[in-house]
Amino acid sequence: MNDGVRFLAKTLRIDQRMIAEMITPGSRVLVIGCGDGELLDLLFRTRQCDARGIEIDMAMVTRAVAHGLPVMQGDADLDLEQYPDGAFDYALLSRTLQAVERPREVLQQMLRISTRAVVSFPNFGHWRMRWQLMRTGKMPNTRSWPRPWYATPNIHPCTIRDFFALCEEESYIVESWMAVDEAGRRSPWRRWLSLANLFGEQAVFLLRKG
Amino acid sequence: MLLECGVMLPSLTIAYCTYGTLNAAKSNAILICHALTGDQYVAERHKLTGRPGWWELMVGPGKPVDTNRYFVICSNVLGGCMGSTGPASLRDDVPVPEGGKAEPWGIDFPLVTIRDMVRAQKKLIEHLGIARLFAVIGGSMGGMQTLEWAATYPECVFAAVPIAAASYHSAQNIAFHEVGRQAIYADPEWQGGRYWEHGRTPARGLAVARMAAHITYLSEQALTRKFGRRLRAGQASPLAAGLFGDMFEVESYLRHQGSSFVRRFDANSYLAITRAMDYFDLAFEHEGDLSAAFAGTPTRFCLVSFSSDWLFPTAQSREIARALNRVAATVSFVEIATDKGHDAFLLDEPDLHRTVGGFLTGCAEHAGLLVP
Repeated sequence: MNDGVRFLAKTLRIDQRMIAEMITPGSRVLVIGCGDGELLDLLFRTRQCDARGIEIDMAMVTRAVAHGLPVMQGDADLDLEQYPDGAFDYALLSRTLQAVERPREVLQQMLRISTRAVVSFPNFGHWRMRWQLMRTGKMPNTRSWPRPWYATPNIHPCTIRDFFALCEEESYIVESWMAVDEAGRRSPWRRWLSLANLFGEQAVFLLRKG
Repeated sequence: MLLECGVMLPSLTIAYCTYGTLNAAKSNAILICHALTGDQYVAERHKLTGRPGWWELMVGPGKPVDTNRYFVICSNVLGGCMGSTGPASLRDDVPVPEGGKAEPWGIDFPLVTIRDMVRAQKKLIEHLGIARLFAVIGGSMGGMQTLEWAATYPECVFAAVPIAAASYHSAQNIAFHEVGRQAIYADPEWQGGRYWEHGRTPARGLAVARMAAHITYLSEQALTRKFGRRLRAGQASPLAAGLFGDMFEVESYLRHQGSSFVRRFDANSYLAITRAMDYFDLAFEHEGDLSAAFAGTPTRFCLVSFSSDWLFPTAQSREIARALNRVAATVSFVEIATDKGHDAFLLDEPDLHRTVGGFLTGCAEHAGLLVP
């Protein structure tokens, strides 16, 4: 790894770094909601992946393509159905699931076009959310949930427990999962779901079809 | 060369320009495909008009298509009138009559297609000893050629950049072309296409064709921004011009576009090339399934459209992007926000230049292209 990449890695969101570590080197990867493509660049440079991206925000897409990254403007709700079955080894959805129109269908599409899916999302079950809602009676406003209710793109918030329930309903196999606390450390409560759901600011899941 | 329509062209001339240096591995060649009324003078002063190259903003030393790194080729299309074989070329399929001289092809020039244009370019590339192009880039009809290159010679195109393009010419676009053609036919000087016999050209018809087409290259916002309802200089009110005089600036602008065009373009060539565009439909051979045209493609694509382009709208680029997704091709797709309409690809659009430059640099890395 050269200095440039280390610098880049430092600026990556916590969940993106963790996601990159979950990917087998040399895989075919589709990053859905890839932003300006930092994760793509990391996957290409450090894990030699054939990594491509979809991003809904055109300004981000332009930045990514201008950096030489294969990114197309598209919508997770609409564009995943275009890909053939099994086109990828991994489909990644980084902090986007809560913002799509139909999260269940998006997950289904991900596990159709790809062998495995990696999904990360802000955990609405975090104690700060619960506390703010209980104390003030208003929608929480935290670092991982920063915008007021009328401006947030996050229209489908869920908790870690909710997500486990959906996986069970859809018979997905959770190959691994983890919760992350505010400081970006892996939360130590992996063995106790209730604690992870209380102290994990974000969650990352690695799924495959049952 | 045997054309798609079945006619054999006994000889083929392709006029071209090159810029930069071909590397030892011959792996840094980029082919630029020009649009309907473009030509090979992409990055140098035009030999006829004296105007700067039509894509000097994009191609040149230090530009997005950097001639310090890449060897750039641009050829006049088959059917064109700037040196390549076309309707104005002297025909060589029939013997020259005793004591007479060879005639131009005129309207007897066989129907050429976008694929014929690409096959002619392929011959040029082979002539230059290049087995694989690093990239093919083109806007509008140049984008059609770029798509055709990727579909016909996938192994020969490492990267493709179709800009403001479509996989077929829409009914609306064919309709506009037909208006232009009818304007040419209606000019008495056209003489059934044999205008050279009288030493004149159907300049008025061709100018009207150009004027109508030019409107389609701009957007309403661009026309409003440039001209609005401004009157011609010296006119106190619209009424002062009388019924038939010039009233508005936009009128004289269009007339200028028309009259400067006819000085550099052959009417029969305009007919031939508009036909080639109208005929273009990549999915036709695949029962309408565009993705089949790109099945298994190794090419890396970068599609670019412009938000105010109503001639080759974003929806058509998105259609191509989705077809490429269906065969799991590597695709970048950007819509550039601009009010300049279809012509934006020729203009100063920093996002376009950043996109093309960045895409090429990324591809150069993937291609293992060591740049000097």
